[in-house]
Amino acid sequence: MSANILSHTFPNRLVLVAEPMGSLQSAAFTFLVPAGCVHDAADRGGLAEFICEMVMRGAAERNNRQLVLDLDNLGVQRSQSVSDAHACFGGVSLAENLSGALAIYADVLRRPHLPQAHLEMVRQIMLQELQAVEDEPAQKLGIELRRRYYPAPWGRPPQGDRQAVESMTIEHIRDFFNARYHADGTILGVAGRFDWQQLKRTVERLLGDWTAGQEAEPELPAARPMTTHVSYASQQTQIGIAYPSVPYRDDDYFEAWGAVGVLSGGMSARLPTEVRERRGLCYSIHATCHSLRRRGGVFCHAGTTADRAQETLDVTLAELRRLARGVEQHELDRLKARIKSALIMQQESSAARSSTIARDWYHLGRVRTLDEVGRRIDRLSRDSINAYLAEHPPRDFTVVTLGPEPLEMPDGVL
Amino acid sequence: MEFCSHTLRNGLEVVAEVNREAYSTALGFFVRTGARDETDEVSGVSHFLEHMAFKGTARREADEVNREFDELGAHYNACTTEENTIFYAAVLPEYQDPAVALLADILRPSLREEDFDTEKQVIIEEIRMYEDMPPFGADEKCRAAFFGAHPLSHSVLGTVESITRLGVEAMRDYQRRLYGPAHVVLVATGRVDFDALLDVARQSCGPWPSVAAERATGRFEPIDRFLVLEKPTATQQYAVALAAGPSAESHDRYAAKLLATILGDDLGSRLYWELVDSGRAEHASLSHCEYQGAGAMMTYLSCSPETIEDNLQRIRDLYRQAEQEGVDEDELRQAKNKVRSRVVLAAERPRGRLFMVGGDWIARREYLSVSGELDILEAISLDEVNAILNTYPLTRNTTMTIGPKTDIREPK
Repeated sequence: MSANILSHTFPNRLVLVAEPMGSLQSAAFTFLVPAGCVHDAADRGGLAEFICEMVMRGAAERNNRQLVLDLDNLGVQRSQSVSDAHACFGGVSLAENLSGALAIYADVLRRPHLPQAHLEMVRQIMLQELQAVEDEPAQKLGIELRRRYYPAPWGRPPQGDRQAVESMTIEHIRDFFNARYHADGTILGVAGRFDWQQLKRTVERLLGDWTAGQEAEPELPAARPMTTHVSYASQQTQIGIAYPSVPYRDDDYFEAWGAVGVLSGGMSARLPTEVRERRGLCYSIHATCHSLRRRGGVFCHAGTTADRAQETLDVTLAELRRLARGVEQHELDRLKARIKSALIMQQESSAARSSTIARDWYHLGRVRTLDEVGRRIDRLSRDSINAYLAEHPPRDFTVVTLGPEPLEMPDGVL
Repeated sequence: MEFCSHTLRNGLEVVAEVNREAYSTALGFFVRTGARDETDEVSGVSHFLEHMAFKGTARREADEVNREFDELGAHYNACTTEENTIFYAAVLPEYQDPAVALLADILRPSLREEDFDTEKQVIIEEIRMYEDMPPFGADEKCRAAFFGAHPLSHSVLGTVESITRLGVEAMRDYQRRLYGPAHVVLVATGRVDFDALLDVARQSCGPWPSVAAERATGRFEPIDRFLVLEKPTATQQYAVALAAGPSAESHDRYAAKLLATILGDDLGSRLYWELVDSGRAEHASLSHCEYQGAGAMMTYLSCSPETIEDNLQRIRDLYRQAEQEGVDEDELRQAKNKVRSRVVLAAERPRGRLFMVGGDWIARREYLSVSGELDILEAISLDEVNAILNTYPLTRNTTMTIGPKTDIREPK
């Protein structure tokens, strides 16, 4: 497996981290800009996302239309989103168009017009998104669960709230942009086919003299588990459960990840087997590890018809508790087979790799190469996972249900 | 890249695009059966049967199927459409043979009654999940109205009633008739050992008895219709519109895809600028759907209820203007650049390529390399694209809207 990670920190503290993948024709990039929704003031929920839309509305010599047209003509498939910590701008194109795409994004990050004339249009888009969430019960549940598991400002939804979005002015936009869009704390991940020296020179030319600024993240307050029901007119009840886990940077992260894999990695894992295959209680159930820089969590989700929701909740919680008693060797063997092939297949996607290496840098200040992850997975054992689970048994559950009727929480959930 | 194909004695075809540089191997059994091959009595059986394939065979208990896929480290799944049911897995090359044997085995499931009853609950949950999500089944209802008596009007999922009513014997009968070897293509892409693939295919599928079955193609006459469904609990208003389009056999499908990109791509299209960029709608798009003997151009819109009439009128005006004035060279160039990049990027992964190679073969018994497809796209002229607007007018369509608003004027 490839293990060649290249990185460079410019004098303004912008980090470029890159992984060559010579077998591909494509190159992908991911900008993580420290302008996520944790920086929204309490009464300005949605500001970071508002700006993420606004910066795409024309930059330097290109107006809104020209920007989209030029990216399309370069064949750049792109996305932008806001997470807790970052505004993320990603794109993938044929390798020969990488520098052209980076030049446009350098303008977007440094010289956006932030046009007053587009303020109302973007506001309408934001309001539509807020409305659309009301029709997506699983997404709505995810927002409500996260909000309760990570205290503000970390668990906030990037979409913000209606009142704040309605009152946003161009001054709010410009102030936030000036405060948050800078080189310090920005990470550019590139993966695929490229020449490192040329890439470094291109990035130096485009972003080397970008204002450095100063990066600082807000504190993460202590959390308290809680259970909540959100009343919602639907046929199904959505069930969300979150509980503490170690963050990505922790030495034991792979043990935590392995334990969640035994719960939910593959259709033969415990949750799909017990909840879906044996009992037919739901169509979709899964659990995943999520990590902030200093705190992690396991998030589970299931959606099921209201009159079967109680049983689904009970069976799911029973499985989470049973996990504390340890995992079996055959479960670990299957998990390792899945992870091994997933690691190798990551080398087929420049987009996935550019995002992973940028996020690695954010969490660790370095990149775990695929080789290193592979060796760490080899070291995972039944004993090491069970020792982790003995120390960190699933407990202190935060439970959110969303549907027509509340459910009964079994004893000792909290 | 090397293309290989072979037909077993019983009629099962094996096709592969071999890329010796790839890290993985993608494998898929493409079965030529879907909702259009069902009768009303068994509505939803193709999709339900796809689920049942994972519930055990003569050789394997229900739990063993998923366990073995996971032991191979496979990334696997299955899907059912109006006309195909596809079972696929991406694995490391060393697991090619056991993965093919396992996929072949599940195409002959036991269909045990107890598993059938449990899985029925899962299917009903899946239907209910979609009923709670936009566009709340309006897409299938619009398809039913648009295709009328044509079999493409059938629902893939079926309804809670049709699934509840369905008996295991009817599924067994359906499986016997429609999973015959002449209806199945084994497709492989990425790092494929074709000789070994053929050996496993012969061992696993060679004994399957031949069964004759013909697909009813039928004709349909698209008609103008405007339908409103009430969904009081919805927050947004949604609309789906279907107009006729080129079929899977028609060369015009390339021009139709470029036209859909120009008029209704997610980003940078005419619909995007008119409705999405301006904040008038949350989403507005046009896409081309191709089937055996039929095709459709599908418009999808989501917006707030109070703007639905205005947005539908804007879409109608935009389509009318395109029909009268056509699109221009710059737009076509931009669309070609976008599509070219998409085709190449999607083909980088064997599992992305699997669906292109398998889709081409099952629809047309045709193999097209990535560069072959790009050459065809590049050669499409502006006249060909504009001719689509005359042959398949977008303004002549079946529109269905669903949401809290019911007094909605039809666009003029």
